[in-house]
Amino acid sequence: MSQAMFDLLLRGLNETLIMTGVSGALSFLIGLPLALILVTTDRGGIFEAVAVNRILGGIVNALRSVPFIILLVAVIPLTRLLVGSAIGIWAAIVPLTIAAAPYFARVAEVSLREVERPLIDAARSMGATRWTILREVLIPESLPGIVSGFTVTLVTLIGASAMAGAVGAGGLGDIAIRYGYQRFQTEVMVCVVVILIVLVSGMQWIGDWLARRIDHR
Amino acid sequence: MTEHPVVLLDHVTRRFTDMPALDDITLSIAKGEIVGLIGRSGAGKSTLIRCLNGLDKPQEGRVVIDGLDITPLSEQALQPVRRRIGMIFQHFNLLSAKTVADNVALPLKIAGMGAAARRKRVMELLDLVGLADKADTWPARLSGGQKQRVGIARALASDPLLLLSDEATSALDPETTQGVLDLLARVNRDLGVTVLMITHEIEVVRQIANRVIVLDRGRIVEEGPVARVMASPQADTTKSLLRGLSPILPRDLADRVAPQGDQALIRIDVYGPDARRPLLDDIARITGRPARLVHGGLNDVQGEPYGRMFIALGTNDPDSVRRVVAALSPKTTAIEVLGHVPGDV
Repeated sequence: MSQAMFDLLLRGLNETLIMTGVSGALSFLIGLPLALILVTTDRGGIFEAVAVNRILGGIVNALRSVPFIILLVAVIPLTRLLVGSAIGIWAAIVPLTIAAAPYFARVAEVSLREVERPLIDAARSMGATRWTILREVLIPESLPGIVSGFTVTLVTLIGASAMAGAVGAGGLGDIAIRYGYQRFQTEVMVCVVVILIVLVSGMQWIGDWLARRIDHR
Repeated sequence: MTEHPVVLLDHVTRRFTDMPALDDITLSIAKGEIVGLIGRSGAGKSTLIRCLNGLDKPQEGRVVIDGLDITPLSEQALQPVRRRIGMIFQHFNLLSAKTVADNVALPLKIAGMGAAARRKRVMELLDLVGLADKADTWPARLSGGQKQRVGIARALASDPLLLLSDEATSALDPETTQGVLDLLARVNRDLGVTVLMITHEIEVVRQIANRVIVLDRGRIVEEGPVARVMASPQADTTKSLLRGLSPILPRDLADRVAPQGDQALIRIDVYGPDARRPLLDDIARITGRPARLVHGGLNDVQGEPYGRMFIALGTNDPDSVRRVVAALSPKTTAIEVLGHVPGDV
């Protein structure tokens, strides 16, 4: 492999990591509160507000049903507004986050719902406030599941960021398409795929390890 | 002013889609009592206990805790009340993501106690329940009995005036149950905590309760001192709950009971000081024939004897039998002539 190719792949990897990392972090910051709202505002929840729940659930469902490739194009005006450009890795972060935050919210919601009602009642019987229940019961008890869910979200984001490469976002996906596909440089394609496999496996391994570490059930 | 009861339920009714889970319940529990609330599953026990700390609300009636009517209180206003009521559960409900010490510390944290004071109090509590060496263990690594001890320590953390036990021993084996009951009795005696325990196991009530309340289909069907209720249950529910515990006539003997025979067979239920009387001697003196205990005997409820005895009178003379029944009636809670049996019984 030539030095130029190596540099190219390294830059691609770097861009992919930035896109995945930043949109992953944003998805976590948006998705977790969203999940908490979805769980606690539902019927019988500690902040019961069924109307809020239905509306928010509807928005999440709508965003989740738009194919990513369509979303990528559809949010261009918003991307221009936020980032100032529709091209490049920072521009890709906007659609990536819009796609991943609702996804992660649903995944985290499943874990939060697995916290059994009796545990919440036990905290209520101690005179806990609703915020205490959130902080001391709901989040810590579902954390292993949330970590696993976040790992899945990150892996999905790596795939999605490759797709974003198709519209000029940069990253490994962009390299695979431009060099590997359009210029028939098979070795580039193979390299990209291998890097992605290693990246995904590594991420999954770290996520699994972390989830196991904090799981004391 | 007389001291008000710790718990007072005043005509409490709780319906679930028209089916009353609690139907016009009135009861009161005085400070320092251990009250056993017993009934089959679905009798309304859990609903009742949940009404006491506002986890559930009745549609009618009042729930008064230590003089405060909690029925109209909002979730927020209930929080300070709940901090004075400890609760333990059948499945312990410990937080898996917190160590034993942090589980016990949670009520203290909720009450706003500082970290250092919290740690000290937690160690006292774990000492009390005999688990000081498990402070930094995860609950998942404990046995059922140990988990329930942690549950008790947690329930006692904020010096409650009332401890609610929701089938706390139902998931434990008999030996572990014994340990947990002993601990609850000790907590009641040493700390003066009033205890209300709901259970479907009469044995649990027999061991530590002073008073028993029997619930059936949302209604109180029987209530009284444990020894009295066990010695002579009045309600059918109580009788059936007690079936396993009170002796019944063995089948071969029951088969030989006939309207006519060599000697009369009577059943006597007795409790309290009367259980210490020389009953067989009393009978023998009336009939002039030796009476014989053929089955049953005495048991005890926290030092109070009670029992059921099947006694063959040694005579079938109707007049003697009548005099025995007349003489013993005032000294027993129940006496019944079952029939006659052959002389060799």
